[in-house]
Amino acid sequence: MTPAVPPPMSLLAELTHRCPLQCPYCSNPLALDGREGELGTGDWLRVLDQAAELGVLQVHFSGGEPMARRDLPELVRHAASLGLYSNLITSGVLLTEATLAQLAKAGLDHVQLSFQDVDTAPAETMGGMPGAQQKKLAAARMVVAEGMPLTANFVIHRGNAGRVGRMLDLAVELGARRAEIAHTQYYGWGLANRAALMPSRAQLAEATRAVEDARARLSGVLAIDYVTPDYYADQPKPCMGGWGRRFVNISPSGHVLPCHAAETIGGVPIPDIRTDSLAAIWADSPLFRLFRGTDWMPEPCRGCALREQDWGGCRCQALALLGDAAATDPVCTRSPDHARISEILADLPQTPPPLVYRRYGNAPTGE
Amino acid sequence: MTGAPAPPPVAEDTIVRFPRGIRLHHDRVRDQWVIQAPERAFIADPIAAEILQLVDGTRPLAAIIDLLAERFSAPRPVIARDVLDMVAGLARRQVLAT
Repeated sequence: MTPAVPPPMSLLAELTHRCPLQCPYCSNPLALDGREGELGTGDWLRVLDQAAELGVLQVHFSGGEPMARRDLPELVRHAASLGLYSNLITSGVLLTEATLAQLAKAGLDHVQLSFQDVDTAPAETMGGMPGAQQKKLAAARMVVAEGMPLTANFVIHRGNAGRVGRMLDLAVELGARRAEIAHTQYYGWGLANRAALMPSRAQLAEATRAVEDARARLSGVLAIDYVTPDYYADQPKPCMGGWGRRFVNISPSGHVLPCHAAETIGGVPIPDIRTDSLAAIWADSPLFRLFRGTDWMPEPCRGCALREQDWGGCRCQALALLGDAAATDPVCTRSPDHARISEILADLPQTPPPLVYRRYGNAPTGE
Repeated sequence: MTGAPAPPPVAEDTIVRFPRGIRLHHDRVRDQWVIQAPERAFIADPIAAEILQLVDGTRPLAAIIDLLAERFSAPRPVIARDVLDMVAGLARRQVLAT
């Protein structure tokens, strides 16, 4: 018998893939779930029951745009009744005083609001939604006025990496207590747009300096989370804190995944919350067992002192870049395939190619 | 950009509370206390859990220190130092508000 599997800490509830924005860096899969296949309210209420029972502490309502679901307040209320900490990850463009009041009354604990940029024109070019920036600024002010804690999220790419300092100033001006400066992660649509989005090494250094400066000047005012693009790292990120260790992700159509990109992993069935319990899927499904722990690891991971720090990096990245989900993440300088990363970076074009916007029916073929 | 001032120093007459978005939660599954915060959960060690269970937004720290000194039959100065140090650290991390 294998020892009991420690339960997950967090549930990422991707309520829908529908979204009024079309950000080309979106980490949603290229094959977006349609509305007709989405889990119903009753399904999600059951998911929350099972998550709380299993030991989940925090639920992140995400998407797509989770506010596109009318049952969001009901789901938040149920999460609160179970003692789950609820976080809304939103673009803010659908938020009104009335919906915010409903969510606050339902017991929502925190809002993470995404911005595409600090300046309106490039923000709306990236999001593909005219008028979005004003709506987002208004949404942020509403959340703060309500007294709810706000995190302002900015996704970084080659087009906006020089404006990080001003993004953080905007976060403070809006009354956010936390900000996330998150470089694009290259999965799903982000991967399809990599050549258009990847910053140069110099741009990355500039962005990092801006974060460090802001941390010094805004200490005690704004907490800053900084996520780097791992292509420039020497060591891989401990993706999701390790496969099947801390996080469980449920897709709009009810697929239960170790991370939001894990549907790309082939060869094993994708667990479905409509047919199995969360506890059984977490503990016993082939997908969750596939890369849990260290037994699956090839060399150089298997004998590496860091194997329980980075957990071999990211499986979906190994698959996307090497065609083998069980390979060492090529970001690692110890990977025999690390040259693949150097090649990708060396081949980045001087002039970015056109953006492929994230919307239904717009996925590039052959990726 | 000037920003808000740093949190004031913590003393025995300070009254602390959990700001909105932060709460102490008993994790039944793992039988431990956790501090639930925006996109994070910290495990509260047993001493922190004892202190934080007495944070109600009305008691000054002196009252919390008195209660703990009595409950654990411990010298008050020792308890006072633990409480003031821990509260100061949590206030810096925005987990407690003064």
